[in-house]
Amino acid sequence: MELIEAIVLAVLAASTPLLIAATGELVTERSGVLNLGVEGMMIVGAACGFAGAWLTGSVFVGALFGIVAGTMMSLIFALMTLGLAVNQVATGLALTILGVGLSGLIGAGFVGERITPAVHLAIPGLTDIPLVGRVLFGEDGFVYVSIALVIGVWWFLYRTRAGLILRACGDNHVSAHALGYPVLRIRTFAVMFGGACAGLAGAYLPLAYTPFFIPGMTAGRGWIALALVVFSSWRPGRLVIGAYLFGAVTILQLHAQGWGIGIPSQFMSALPYLATVIVLVLLSRARSGGSTAPAALGTVFVPDR
Amino acid sequence: MRKSFLALATGLLLAGSVSAASAADKLKVGFIYLGPIGDLGWTYQHDLARQALVKELGDQIETTYLENVPEGPDAERSIEQLVRAGNKLIFTTSFGYMDPTLKVAKKYPNVHFEHATGYKRNPNMSTYSAKWWQGRYIQGLIAAKMSKSGVLGYIGSFPIPEVVSGINATMLAAQTINPNIKVKIIWANTWFDPGKEADAAKALIDQGADVIMQHTDSPAAMQIASERGKLAFGQDSEMIKFGPKTQLTSILDTWGPYYIERVKAELAGTWKSQDSWGGLDSHMFAMAPYTNMPDDVKKLAEDAQAAIIAGKLHPFKCPIIGQDGKPVECKGGDHLDDGQILGMNFYVKGIDDKLPGK
Repeated sequence: MELIEAIVLAVLAASTPLLIAATGELVTERSGVLNLGVEGMMIVGAACGFAGAWLTGSVFVGALFGIVAGTMMSLIFALMTLGLAVNQVATGLALTILGVGLSGLIGAGFVGERITPAVHLAIPGLTDIPLVGRVLFGEDGFVYVSIALVIGVWWFLYRTRAGLILRACGDNHVSAHALGYPVLRIRTFAVMFGGACAGLAGAYLPLAYTPFFIPGMTAGRGWIALALVVFSSWRPGRLVIGAYLFGAVTILQLHAQGWGIGIPSQFMSALPYLATVIVLVLLSRARSGGSTAPAALGTVFVPDR
Repeated sequence: MRKSFLALATGLLLAGSVSAASAADKLKVGFIYLGPIGDLGWTYQHDLARQALVKELGDQIETTYLENVPEGPDAERSIEQLVRAGNKLIFTTSFGYMDPTLKVAKKYPNVHFEHATGYKRNPNMSTYSAKWWQGRYIQGLIAAKMSKSGVLGYIGSFPIPEVVSGINATMLAAQTINPNIKVKIIWANTWFDPGKEADAAKALIDQGADVIMQHTDSPAAMQIASERGKLAFGQDSEMIKFGPKTQLTSILDTWGPYYIERVKAELAGTWKSQDSWGGLDSHMFAMAPYTNMPDDVKKLAEDAQAAIIAGKLHPFKCPIIGQDGKPVECKGGDHLDDGQILGMNFYVKGIDDKLPGK
């Protein structure tokens, strides 16, 4: 029982940064912009988040620093791709390279420093319930924020007029423009939201997951978040499933190794990625080949005036 | 017109030769690093050694480093970039740089290369490594003494001989204390991913291990062990600040003396391709202070360290029984020979796991 609880807790922690970053990217992509710079925004968020927490002694301020840093990074991206209509793929990749360098620079003075990590909730009575207590009521704040975030995004996209307009921009920017919607402004906000989420996801790593800062600590999680958006076929509900599936497979393969199950560890490490590919194939078959990607995804829009 | 062009060209040539002359005053030494220098582990220690080098010979040399260079084709480009920038001695500091280094070395016979932890050499390419398994043997003794559950947790990076020999040395030592000791092994399949290393440490502790060892580079595992009140060993560098009550000791990579020696040889013109594989005796690595353990365990560790340095104790002393229950062929007299350790691809008896790829 205790072991199951421990595994569930580890899965939740491992999935949370993926879920937060992927939720932000989902909104960005729904507006028609493909930002491949998630890893770069995350890693700067990690450095600034740690710096903020270290300087002020508050994890909350650290998280805010992470969010602001991610947003700033995304503004560079927005300026290039929306303002100057530069190729989105190339800019996104450049943003990642820039982010890796920047995080090293910002974080250089904080390497090896320690902070008090995000506290885990402890509600007397509720947290003590066996099995589910710690899982449901004993997490750090980031876990609840990630769930609230994805529910909020679902509600926004499918239940509000603004969400409908955002999706319209992603599916057909020319029509949305013709109807009088400010496509570029909407996309800028979507990109900024994506950046804020990536920054928060990055900040999660040094503030809660492994409470210290080391350059390169995102270790490719931004790329996994990008894959998750595709995996979810741009739907928030499936995104949750994907993120937890990925986290679960990652943690379970570690446990399987500890139990001495004789499957090569290289294969086990590849399992989460393999699972992603398999689900992608199944999804695309189920939809008889039809793509669910926003139709204008990745295309540059220059309004004629 | 023509005259002024000639004058300009002469001027440029002069300028060129002048700058070349001033560059020739100092030997340029380049470094290729796998991780960020702030990783507090592998790359950090290499950079400490580079700094020691600058401190010692700074007036005669100029150093350049490239960090975060992935193993593979990128490495080849980066190494070549250092060659083109005029570096005459280049240290490539990870196993995966072996083939790229060799390729560049063959292309530039006048440049000297030093490759860490590999086995391929060339007249202008040396290799160097350390006998970390000596330190892992000492850690095995301590771990078996300190473990209450009799289960040790081991986080491996990749199942290469360097890591496998470390697991075996640990196990052989631990068995001398507790013949029934168990070791749980999790391969992270990465050298550096703090999140994953932390998850692996959690999994090991959740499965009953109470002493955590790692062959990955970040202090994440140490931190998890500290959080959960378990014990752990650092890796590559001093990690005690991540677990003041947790770290038992740590293997410290101390490349400084070697780097200084090789650069001095280069300056003196006596550099020759060679293979260095030093241990505790030749200061290729050191053990961090033995902390968080009773005095008798500390003494046991110190005695073992002294015996290894004196050559009286060899961690891979024969007979060594393999996992299949058969004795391993003993090529080095009373212990395994260096080649067998360098190519180790089997587990010793008592490890209840399967070596990946076997």
